[in-house]
Amino acid sequence: MNPNSLVSISELSRDEILSLIETSSYFEQNPNQKILDGKVVATLFFEPSTRTRLSFETAVNRLGGRVIGFSDANSTSTSKGETLKDTIKMVSNYADLIVMRHYLEGAARYATEVTDTPVINAGDGANQHPTQTMLDLYSIYKTQGTLENLTVTMVGDLKYGRTVHSLLMALKYFNPTFHFVACEELRMPQEYKDFCDKHNIKYTEHTDFGPEVINATDILYMTRVQRERFSDLMEYERVKNIYTLHNAMLTNARPNMRILHPLPRVNEINQDVDDNPMAYYFEQARNGLFARQALICRALNINPRQK
Amino acid sequence: MNTKKELAVAALCNGTVIDHIPSEVLFKCVKILDIANMSNAVTIGNNLESAKLGRKGIIKIADTYFPEDVLNRIALLAPSAVINIIKNYEVTEKFPVSLPDTIHDIVKCDNPKCITNNEPMPTRFEVTNRADIEITCHYCGHSVSALKASIK
Repeated sequence: MNPNSLVSISELSRDEILSLIETSSYFEQNPNQKILDGKVVATLFFEPSTRTRLSFETAVNRLGGRVIGFSDANSTSTSKGETLKDTIKMVSNYADLIVMRHYLEGAARYATEVTDTPVINAGDGANQHPTQTMLDLYSIYKTQGTLENLTVTMVGDLKYGRTVHSLLMALKYFNPTFHFVACEELRMPQEYKDFCDKHNIKYTEHTDFGPEVINATDILYMTRVQRERFSDLMEYERVKNIYTLHNAMLTNARPNMRILHPLPRVNEINQDVDDNPMAYYFEQARNGLFARQALICRALNINPRQK
Repeated sequence: MNTKKELAVAALCNGTVIDHIPSEVLFKCVKILDIANMSNAVTIGNNLESAKLGRKGIIKIADTYFPEDVLNRIALLAPSAVINIIKNYEVTEKFPVSLPDTIHDIVKCDNPKCITNNEPMPTRFEVTNRADIEITCHYCGHSVSALKASIK
């Protein structure tokens, strides 16, 4: 077990989050450095995720490190029946850091328990994806100049969406106000509302998505409503277009408001929003590179500004 | 009168009596203690009258004393259970079971996509709500009420 491993965003303190934001900002200004010279990072993607893998591999390459790994478990011994434990132990012999994505929930936590090499969780099923949350936090900080006292509106699939759950938990240090906008079937689960109550976080729930809630928002966090989440397909057909954002809905939004989306998007943000200066989802994805550079340095116990 | 009821189940010279187990969880408790694989004399009574519980179950295991952490596993399902240590027909010790903070390798996670259901590895749950005995998987984060939990 390595103490610098990162499985869940809830392991980071308020100070660590703020320090990682500072480091991300430093990397945004200086993305190409040789601070990982001689280091080997393994990217083990037991489940394909091109976007996350390329972001991590770019982060390592721009810092002068080397990457080994696989992008699909079918090409590895996993397909021959090797256990996760054995794969992790084997790779630990070669790499200084393991970045892993797995389709099973809890896989990353288990990996940290069988190796002394640091592990970064790049997504374990529907469970945790802390580097996504870190890039969301960095994006919020960059666009608002602070994480404190913001009104964050979350729209779409609030029941199964791990990104909204992790973001909600990470913002507990910063006195947020939440608006949850979703249809009945995809409402924010009770355990997260209990979490808000426990931490004195203000929230309201809405089934209507319109200017009233948008105009009171600093960060509009859109998510994809997925067909396969519905037990009743009639219900999906009914709601799939209710939670779509159109440019006309942004007329009276706060000037500082920015629209975030973990991507990929389907039809929940109309293309006519893309040219609005409030649309931030493509830059948000770019921020992932800097946030991951900062998290890689944390995992390897490297302070980039002292190198 | 009470003595007669106890005797109706079986008198014990030496061993452990686990009393005040709610009837509906008795056989899960038997499973948790792995009593099926014991060779000592075991008496199991169920649906006995109880002032406290209405109906109760009781387990008597002759010539066997369990480590406390093993007995405390029962608290997961039967927090009301009471342990009696019997030596030479006398109750020498009597204490309630107490719920540990962590449950090691007793409960099976009910999330089919949990790593513990797909790797040869022990399970681990944290007790996240002591009042209603809710436990949460250390790996995948799924929570379940202890009474509904599947025993491995």
